[in-house]
Amino acid sequence: MAEAPGPDGLGDNAKETASEPEIVLEADHVSLSFGGVHALADVSFQVRRRELFSIIGPNGAGKTSMVNCISGRYAPTEGRVLHKGRDITKLRPSARADLGIGRTFQNLALFGHMSVLDNIMVGRHHLLKNNFLTGPLYWIGGARKEELRHRREVEEIIDFLEIQHVRNAVAGTLPYGLRKRVELARAVALRPNLLLLDEPMAGMNLEEKEDMARYINDLNVEWGMTVIMIEHDMGVVMDVSDRVIVLDFGRKIAEGLPDEIMNHPQVKEAYLGVMDDDDEEGAAA
Amino acid sequence: MAGAAFRPSGDFRTSYAADTTIFDDAFSRRFVIGLVIVLALVPIPTVFGWGFDILDRYWMNLFVSIGYLSIAALGLNILVGFTGQISIGHSAFFGFGAFASVFIHETTSIPVFFCIPLAGLMTAAVGLIFGVPAARIKGLYLAIATLAAQFILQDFFARADWFSGGTHGSVARPLEIFGYQFRSVHAYWWIVLAYVVVLFLAATNLMRSRDGRALIAVRDHYLSAEIMGVNLTKYRILSFGIASFYAGIGGALFAHHNLFVQVESFTIFFSILFLGMVIIGGLGSIMGTIFGTIFITMLPEATEAVTSFMRGGAIDRALNLGGGLNYLKEMAIGLAIILFLIFEPEGLAHRWRQIKAYWKLYPFSY
Repeated sequence: MAEAPGPDGLGDNAKETASEPEIVLEADHVSLSFGGVHALADVSFQVRRRELFSIIGPNGAGKTSMVNCISGRYAPTEGRVLHKGRDITKLRPSARADLGIGRTFQNLALFGHMSVLDNIMVGRHHLLKNNFLTGPLYWIGGARKEELRHRREVEEIIDFLEIQHVRNAVAGTLPYGLRKRVELARAVALRPNLLLLDEPMAGMNLEEKEDMARYINDLNVEWGMTVIMIEHDMGVVMDVSDRVIVLDFGRKIAEGLPDEIMNHPQVKEAYLGVMDDDDEEGAAA
Repeated sequence: MAGAAFRPSGDFRTSYAADTTIFDDAFSRRFVIGLVIVLALVPIPTVFGWGFDILDRYWMNLFVSIGYLSIAALGLNILVGFTGQISIGHSAFFGFGAFASVFIHETTSIPVFFCIPLAGLMTAAVGLIFGVPAARIKGLYLAIATLAAQFILQDFFARADWFSGGTHGSVARPLEIFGYQFRSVHAYWWIVLAYVVVLFLAATNLMRSRDGRALIAVRDHYLSAEIMGVNLTKYRILSFGIASFYAGIGGALFAHHNLFVQVESFTIFFSILFLGMVIIGGLGSIMGTIFGTIFITMLPEATEAVTSFMRGGAIDRALNLGGGLNYLKEMAIGLAIILFLIFEPEGLAHRWRQIKAYWKLYPFSY
């Protein structure tokens, strides 16, 4: 549709948010150990509705581990993760998509041999009803109609993220920056109320970063998604975030508004003082 | 999966429906529909007794076996090519379908026409059970687990007299519709062709709808598929179920063509042949499955033709080609699989796409 994909694109989502609890996600004393390695130790925080919440910290601080606990890759050794007041600590990762938790990955995780369009359509998985019995019949039983209806919504996301020109390209052949965008599109297609972004701007040039920051801001402000973001680019983090927490060696050392974080003595010591501008691919375990 | 295929300029897609069609352009669609009609016309003179054959029984036998083998191979392609799993026990499921169809007919006297799909469902159920390990293990380990399926089922066929007739095998009845017996291979070809068309369309549709995409997602990146809401356990096992369904239908069609089913047919070599069809045709290509099946079915025929051509020559005398024909056939298949893996790992489907692209642009190189 030519119409700008604003909040309309997620109409029922907006309605949902009206009566939704104020705290979208809560980490309640989360600890995670791999044998003797303590990736996370007693981390607690709350993410409010429609907030853009950033997690920062040096390499190996446990940022990605935290996101993995929320998306279900890892089960916390101790503590609980609550989504809208519901305990999801033990929930299957695939079931969390139904709750509206979408995420992107630090290292690209697209379906390499599928077209961009199909990649994004996979994001619709939990919203589609057709299955291995009705799908093969396609023309009979409404699978075709349903597919086309969702295709229309997917096209809105494609328009919004400006990837129309690569719609039919095979995802694995795309350049890095575009792949990141396709991954965001796939997560958005899931129609999330909570979007987890693991280093969405790593390895991008300034222009791509600016674009990405704009998309994230739009998703947050106009589409009404609550966003949890891990990012190393301090400029971006301080500009777009509502609140920031800082992890260091698996512990939360600070939480607050971007300005407070910037001037926090412990943060300066642990992180900003030894900040490394390079992208940190695959380092944070 | 068509990706960025060449499209003549001016061929614009103006609706999402037009962008999700099975065939890239009208020509391919007409070509395939035309081919199916021609194939359906072939047996008419023989069946209606016009006194001449378009193709004789030898060729129709080849057609029919390519038909039911390609159905089973398509199942394996869904499992291996689309879901990224592995099975070296596919012929056991093919065999189970063959025995099951005969068994259902003999015990319940349901018409054979309905026994074939029922055998497919029964095989799917068995496949789901043997697919359970796939929920936990991958790669080489899964290969060994499916090898177990091969031997367990083979042993079951040999021992379960009530089901398969044991070592004696079982006699199948010809298919019958309204009293007409599809005893001749020419008439039976219609049944096989109908199944091929329906099941290949079904697979194509599956791959452009929700669950098919989920299967491919599991293959390409299972971790992110899971985050996208794809239940890995369900789809890994489901994939075995679908593959076995196709194998079962293929086997049932084989049973009522051959009219006799015996345990010895469903060996591990036969399973490897199915893998060969899928690899040579192209992993993850529905059309390629047919190419691969034709290739593997015709290769022994071609080997035989070549050896008989060389009969009496110096090479024949030195190597005794005629005497070792059976070994030669197997060697040819092994050699073909190796050569394809080295030179065309994406199979005949990929080669076919390249040929099409070449002729689209002819006489220009780009």
